[in-house]
Amino acid sequence: MLHLILLFFAAIFTHNIALTYILGMCPFLSLSRNINVATGMAAAVTFVVTLTAAINWPIYHLVLVPTHSELIYYIVFIIVIAASVQLLEMVMERFFPSLQSSFGIFLPLITVNCIVLAVSLFMILRNYTFLQTIFFSVGSSLGWMLAIVMVAAINEKLELIGDIPKGYKGTAIVMVIAGIIALSFIGFGGMLKIQ
Amino acid sequence: MNLKNSEAYKTFINGVWGDHPVFSMVLGICSSLAISNKVENALAMGGGVTFVLIATAVLIAPLRKMIPMRVRMITFMIIIAAFVIIVDKFLKAYVPPISRQLGPYVGLIITNCILMGRAEAFYIQNGTGLSIVDAVANGIGYTYALVIMAAIREVLGFGTFLGFRVMPHWWTNWVIISMAPGAFFLLSVLIWLSRTITKKEPQ
Repeated sequence: MLHLILLFFAAIFTHNIALTYILGMCPFLSLSRNINVATGMAAAVTFVVTLTAAINWPIYHLVLVPTHSELIYYIVFIIVIAASVQLLEMVMERFFPSLQSSFGIFLPLITVNCIVLAVSLFMILRNYTFLQTIFFSVGSSLGWMLAIVMVAAINEKLELIGDIPKGYKGTAIVMVIAGIIALSFIGFGGMLKIQ
Repeated sequence: MNLKNSEAYKTFINGVWGDHPVFSMVLGICSSLAISNKVENALAMGGGVTFVLIATAVLIAPLRKMIPMRVRMITFMIIIAAFVIIVDKFLKAYVPPISRQLGPYVGLIITNCILMGRAEAFYIQNGTGLSIVDAVANGIGYTYALVIMAAIREVLGFGTFLGFRVMPHWWTNWVIISMAPGAFFLLSVLIWLSRTITKKEPQ
C-alpha cells in the first residue's frame, strides 16, 4: 500500500507530468488564461486519463500480450481513447446535462491531449500493475491540474499589470511562468523515486 | 512560369518560415521541449515527424474526398498511428540508444498537434502534390526548430555537440538548461525573437 501512495505523490510532485516531462502543453498554453476554464479542463482530463488507463491496461495485458500483437498497441490505445471520449460525451449529454455544459466543451479537445496517451504509454514502459496504473494516472492528472491552475492564477494577475513586451504576450509569457514553476518543482527532485 | 509566384513555393516558404509550426503556430510543443536536450535526439525526432508528415500527406490527400467528415479525426489518428509504429520499430532496430532516450515520446508523435493540424488545415483541402510540399516544409521547419534548441541546450547543458566535447575544460555544465525549466525559458525567448522579427501579433 505504501508504495502505491509514494507513486501517487511522486507522480504529482517529483515527476510532474507537465513540469518535468513537459506533456499536455497544447491545452496548457491555450487554456491557462482563466482559472475556471483551467480547472474545468483539468477535471475532465483527470476523469478521462484514469478511465482510459483503466481500460487500456486489461486490453494490453489480457488481449494484446497473449495474442502476441503488442506491435499494434499504439493504434489500439488511440482508438480506445477516441472511443471512450466519444462515449463519455454521449453518456453525459443523456444523463448529466448540467455536467455536460460545465466541462463538456473540453472533451473533444482531450483526444489530442498528449497526457492521456502518455499515461498509457508510461504504464507499458514501466510495467505497472493495475493498481499502480490507477494511482499513477490519478496522480499524474492531479499534478497536471496543479500546474495548469497555478499558471492560470499567475496569468490572471499578470493581465492586470499588462506591462509585458509585445512579442511575449500570449504563449511566450505562459512558458516563462511555467519555467519558473518548473524551477521550483526541481526542489522536490530526489525526494521520491519512481520505478 | 515564375517560381516565386507558384503555389508550391508559397506553401514551402509558409511552412519553413511564415507559418512556422513551432515558433509561429506554437504546435507540437510537448515533444519539441522535451526532446531538445540533445542534438541526436532532436534529429531522430525531427526525422520521425517529417517521415510521418509526408506519409500521412501521401495517404490522406488522395483519400480526402472518400473520408466521411464525421469520422475524419479518428481516421487521421489511425493513419498517423500506423506510421508512428514504423518509426518506433525503425528507431528500436537501428539506433536503440536513441530509442531508449526518447522513451514514450516516440509514441507521442501520434498526438503531436502538427500532424493533426496539417491534416485538418491542409491535406483535406489540397491536392496530393501540394500536400507533400507542405509536409516537407513543415517537417523541415519542425526539425530545424528542434535542432536550434537542442544545439543551444546541449552545448550549454552538457558541453558537447552531437556527443563531441566543444566547450573548454573549465566550462561548468549549466545543468538547468538541459532540464525542463531551461526548455521553457529558451522556447519563450525563441518565440519572442521570431515574433519580433516577423512582426506577428500574438493571438
